[in-house]
Amino acid sequence: MIQDKINKLKEKLITAASIVQMMIEKSIVGLTEGYSDKLFEVFRHEKDVNLMEIEIEEMCTNVIALHQPEAKDLRTVLMIYKINNDIERIGDQAVNIAESSQFLIERQILKLTNSLPHMARETIDMIRDSISAFADNDTKLSMQVCERDSIVDKLHENIIHELIGIMINDPKTIERALHLIRISKNLERIADLSTNIAEDTIFMVAGRVIKHNVES
Amino acid sequence: MQNKKIALRLIKDRLFSTVLIIISSFSVVPLGFILYFLVVKGATAINLEFLLSGPNPYGEPGGGIAHAIVGTLILILLAAVISIPFGLSIGIFLAEFQKSKLAYWVRLGVDILQGIPSIVIGIIAWSWIVRPMRAFTALSGGIALALMMLPIIVRSTEETIKLIPTSIKEASLSLGVSYYHTILKVILPSGISGIVCGILLSVARIAGETAPLIFTAFGSRFMNLNIMKPVESMPLLIYRYASSPYRDLHTMAWGASFVLVVFVLTLNIVAKGVCKRWCIKY
Amino acid sequence: MVHKVLMINDFSAYFGKDKVVKNITLAIEDSKITAVMGPSGCGKSTLLRSVNRMHELNPNTSVSGSIVLKGNDIYRMNPILLRRHIGMVFQRPNPFPTMSIYDNVIAGYKLNGIKLTRQERDSIVEESLKKAALWDEVKDSLRKKGTFLSGGQQQRLCIARALAMKPEIMLLDEPTSALDPKATAFIEELIVQLKKTVTIVLVTHNIAQAARVSDYTAFLFLGELIEFGVTEKIFTVPSDKRTEEYLTGKFG
Repeated sequence: MIQDKINKLKEKLITAASIVQMMIEKSIVGLTEGYSDKLFEVFRHEKDVNLMEIEIEEMCTNVIALHQPEAKDLRTVLMIYKINNDIERIGDQAVNIAESSQFLIERQILKLTNSLPHMARETIDMIRDSISAFADNDTKLSMQVCERDSIVDKLHENIIHELIGIMINDPKTIERALHLIRISKNLERIADLSTNIAEDTIFMVAGRVIKHNVES
Repeated sequence: MQNKKIALRLIKDRLFSTVLIIISSFSVVPLGFILYFLVVKGATAINLEFLLSGPNPYGEPGGGIAHAIVGTLILILLAAVISIPFGLSIGIFLAEFQKSKLAYWVRLGVDILQGIPSIVIGIIAWSWIVRPMRAFTALSGGIALALMMLPIIVRSTEETIKLIPTSIKEASLSLGVSYYHTILKVILPSGISGIVCGILLSVARIAGETAPLIFTAFGSRFMNLNIMKPVESMPLLIYRYASSPYRDLHTMAWGASFVLVVFVLTLNIVAKGVCKRWCIKY
Repeated sequence: MVHKVLMINDFSAYFGKDKVVKNITLAIEDSKITAVMGPSGCGKSTLLRSVNRMHELNPNTSVSGSIVLKGNDIYRMNPILLRRHIGMVFQRPNPFPTMSIYDNVIAGYKLNGIKLTRQERDSIVEESLKKAALWDEVKDSLRKKGTFLSGGQQQRLCIARALAMKPEIMLLDEPTSALDPKATAFIEELIVQLKKTVTIVLVTHNIAQAARVSDYTAFLFLGELIEFGVTEKIFTVPSDKRTEEYLTGKFG
């Protein structure tokens, strides 16, 4: 009985995660290709994600209250509760990206190097892999995701550098540059949250705590 | 000092067990002696004629105890037919309605009945049945014996039924089975070993009774299948032949005693076997 | 529209002058499992036994209020006929010791003198044992005595026996208290499967069991109905303080 419920929980979580992943992709595509209808879709998806977050919280509470899960089952339910939270926050970040993209495509696009799409690609890979690792109970993949966080951090630094240069050169670009910085910050935040998901997955599968650099 | 005390205790223990064993062994000795005597004195009298034919006319040697064997069986049958239905019913009543006021008085009555001396039962049966009927009959003997069987059957039925877990009764009632059917089709079959055991033991008890039969069945020299006439029984025959002055009658008395004891012993052993093998586990 | 199989209205039960069940009003829903939980002596078994009128088989008992089963007042019915429509399973497994497994399952028909053809009997036995998840284990030894089965198997046999009568409602009085954990888990799964075919009322003193198995839970204390509702709600956000205290182990 409890196994069925936990499996349903996992499925629901993975569904929510794939929606937010889609939201990030659409918001970036909306920015790079200039499609504002894609951005509107992102805003619609947000409602679904919020509803699912509440549903998943309730399901977790019920499983704990009614079935007293132990050991791996307990860790699974607790981590699903946490990851659920992080996914909703990722959704919020995707919405922020969409809002800033909305602002930018209505004005002249700033000339940037490839760095933003590259950072977006890395971030989307991280969230996709962290959810994949969760679904497959893959601690190896989770560890890899954690290590890739520093790449995204570096890319974020580079973009800020680049944009500072552009802003100093031409003050008329400041408003647009600030929105791009916001987008970059959002992506960096999404990468952090994906790292959280990976750390939680490792605890769920192996019972090891690796966050806050408490390594074992 | 401690060791000495303990050693003394151990010796006392050993002594106690040994004494118990010796005393218990002694109780088997009389039985052994009785059987020995019976075999030695009575076995010579036993032959086919002895077992299969009635008595010869007075004075003539030979003859047998067939009429007494048949008579005993008739009396046992009569007593069983009368006492079993009553005994079962009273036993069931006492087990089912343990706490009621009526049960208290019934139980008291049955206990008193068990304590009445057999000769007194004989006299009572004589005045209630033989006198009004103006005849000695096998029927009156059967009734007297039934009165003696009754308390044993009641007791063993009551105890057997009390041992059956109430959950079995509840299971039947919860299926919508009426109380009457529950007792007959579920409770009684579950306790069958204890009930049959009780009946066999009560038969063993009365098989050797003489006193109640003196004034009722009276005894007879003839083979008789009519229950409205007097009938011979083994204990009566033994009493009469043993008190007679004739040597060959004495021998026959020994033979009859042997047959009777073997019969009672067999009943007891069969009763024990039934109790063990038919016993239903819950 | 939600169908209520059993309506208990302002019902009280007495042992002599002792009011053991106090003015309980409760509705049992069709094809669902309703658990009745509470500390020892709270009247839950008495309430259960009142539904199939087994309570009145004890001496010096009385009741007040009404219990209505599918529209019929049970106290206006013949109690024997009523009990044939209600299945009961007890705390201690109690298969009939003189009967084979086969005979135990159709005991309800046999003991009541209900005539069936050989085919009907065979099909009822097979169907009931399958519903009780016991068929595969005993199909080759149906003529053996029921008492040679393990505790868990015996209890499933009792469930099959009750199911064979095709009851409207099944009353389970602490059915797993006498069983080991493995048999308990098996029977809990079975009960959850069974609710598709029959409504179940389960009395238990095991809080976790009520949580795992039931759709609705009623909490009884000292003969009174303290709270009744959807199991998930009762176990996460109970309305009454006493329910909360019972669930968190402050008493009982």
